[in-house]
Amino acid sequence: MKPILEVKNVVKQYGDYTALNSVSLSVPQGSIYGLLGPNGAGKTSLIRIINQITMPDSGEILLDGEKLAPHHVSQIGYMPEERGLYKTMKVGEQALYLAQLKGLSKKEAKEQLDYWFEKLEIKGWWNKKIQELSKGMAQKIQFVVTVLHRPKLLILDEPFSGFDPVNANLIKDEILELRDKGTTVIFSTHRMESVEDMCDHIALIHKSNKLIEGELQDVKRRYRTNTFEVGIAPENFQHLLADISTRYTTRQASFKTLDDELKLEVELPKGTPSRELLRYLTDKGDVTYFMEKIPSVNDIFIQTVSQQK
Amino acid sequence: MSLSLIIKREFNAKVRNKSFIVMTFLSPLLFTAMALLVGYLASVNGDEVVKIAVHDQAGTLIKDFKNDKETHYTDLSALSLALAKEKAAEGYEGLIYVPAVTDAKDLLHKVEYISNESPSMEFIGNIEDVVNDKLTRFNLEKAGIDYKKIDEAKTYADIRLSKFSGEESLRWLNEIKIGIGFAFGYLIMMFIIIYGNMVMRSVIEEKTNRIIEIIISSVKPFQLMMGKIIGTSMAGLLQFLIWAILGGILLFVAGNVFGLQVGATSAASPEATQAATTGLQAYLPEIFNLPWGTMLLSFLIFFTGGFFLYSSIYASIGAAVDSETDSQQFLLPIILPLMLGVYVGFFTVINDPHGTVATVFSMIPLTSPIVMMMRLPFGVPLWEVALSMAILFATFFGVVWFASKIYRIGILMYGKKPTYKEIFKWLRY
Repeated sequence: MKPILEVKNVVKQYGDYTALNSVSLSVPQGSIYGLLGPNGAGKTSLIRIINQITMPDSGEILLDGEKLAPHHVSQIGYMPEERGLYKTMKVGEQALYLAQLKGLSKKEAKEQLDYWFEKLEIKGWWNKKIQELSKGMAQKIQFVVTVLHRPKLLILDEPFSGFDPVNANLIKDEILELRDKGTTVIFSTHRMESVEDMCDHIALIHKSNKLIEGELQDVKRRYRTNTFEVGIAPENFQHLLADISTRYTTRQASFKTLDDELKLEVELPKGTPSRELLRYLTDKGDVTYFMEKIPSVNDIFIQTVSQQK
Repeated sequence: MSLSLIIKREFNAKVRNKSFIVMTFLSPLLFTAMALLVGYLASVNGDEVVKIAVHDQAGTLIKDFKNDKETHYTDLSALSLALAKEKAAEGYEGLIYVPAVTDAKDLLHKVEYISNESPSMEFIGNIEDVVNDKLTRFNLEKAGIDYKKIDEAKTYADIRLSKFSGEESLRWLNEIKIGIGFAFGYLIMMFIIIYGNMVMRSVIEEKTNRIIEIIISSVKPFQLMMGKIIGTSMAGLLQFLIWAILGGILLFVAGNVFGLQVGATSAASPEATQAATTGLQAYLPEIFNLPWGTMLLSFLIFFTGGFFLYSSIYASIGAAVDSETDSQQFLLPIILPLMLGVYVGFFTVINDPHGTVATVFSMIPLTSPIVMMMRLPFGVPLWEVALSMAILFATFFGVVWFASKIYRIGILMYGKKPTYKEIFKWLRY
């Protein structure tokens, strides 16, 4: 798929500190792209550069094949990690103002606002001030003003932090719906559950460098270890345990089944097909569970980050 | 497009604020009420008669202390000094004790004034005048000179003031001019402080509300800063306009009421009123003849220039700190030149409106809006005004460049209060 956003060798320094060290990324059109990394990795620096809040020291950024320019702000929707709204301004007025800053005419902005207010069932809030709303209500408004101008590219920095579970779920559904309509979503986070759930592409940034990038499935394939989780009710418990550990590397496993069978994680040498293990096991007893252990994003994240230290 | 949106929002945010409405409509009333109160209190104070006792057994000076509106002298010489003191302590402000002397010269340093509260310099001066006068006459008589002749020979000059153009000038006109100039200069200072603070607060508000990053992902920080400054200055100008209109109405009403009063008193003493009106009539054309057009236009330009200059600094301070309490340390360098402008302006301009100090301070951009406004009623050559404005706006463009750099970095910095050194470092990012 053709990339909507290309980041090419971007370098950003603050005084002596290098925030981004020649980072390149390619975000495919229509994807949900997870930008991962520990705190202080450089995610926010990169996002601010994409939003043209700051300028890179070198490198370039292409949006839809064009070099990033001021008029592109209308095509990007941004919800920063540090977010909020004018507390004393009325909801409707505020949303209109922010949408107009993004280049919408007043009429278009009003139409979009009506659509979203209807959709999220918040029609009665137009004349309320933000300070009169609850935190959860303000979060909904926050999301609405981010997507109001129908951006091609939506950038969400830690989107679920500060959202209560109900709103987080609501927003998640809206994000997926927007993706289905063709919006590309970049989301930056260090919470892996939401990445596993939603992202189809990921990039990992650590200490100002990009370490991993690719389709989520590909990345996982790269990090697979030919390890299988096995559940077996053997004829001779002790004998099997002794025998299998001489053949393969094994560990205690902890998945859930109905009976009290032997649960093991078995790592096969590279290139060994899984049917070899399965054949061996069926000889020893009833196999109740057999599954490849797929590395979670969390595992990959922790493994990569700790390798770098 | 975005700039006008920002200006509109800032303007609305200021003008719809309750404190703006209260300040705009209430402060002229408060101001008038205060002026009336001060006038009233001063007149009450002036009406009080001070009672002074005099103990002068030899009768050397007693005839020379003459009662007037403010002071009333009572002769207690019949009592002994101790009794007179006792009595004076109870019912009088103080006691003048004139001892009996053989040589009149001893009076020079033997007259005493006894009181609980320290007397005013003016009062002591008056007593000294009485003693001096008495001794001078005494000396003159001793030398065989008739002091009445000397009194007759004394003259009182009255210098007539006029300009080279031939028109006559009036005494006190300079004081009226500096009064008008000072009012303009002071207004500029007050507005820079009040509205500059508003700009700063609005920057801090966007920072603490955490909306700033959303805004600057749509517009350039410089646009946001300029929009804020322009929007706020427009709110300030609107306030001026309302005040000018209210002031005009107030003046009209007051003038009518005052005019009626003059009419009423004129029946009682026609001469006095005539004298008063001729005085007023003499000053009015002079006041009308001041370069009002230039002054008002210059006021607008200097106000805008001065406000832009200072508020861009205010904006960068707002960006550098997280809360208003943190801003104090950075505000002092702003207040100082403003104060300097007002005080230096006042004291040098009244002395010599076109002297070196006044001229230099009316060119330095941080003080020029104030000092030049004070000089203007005295007539300043057009090229000087133009030069001062040019320097002011040139400085603004220089300062706004630095300010926007600090602003750009500062608005994204949270947490600790930066030092001057760190802020200086931001300029190089």
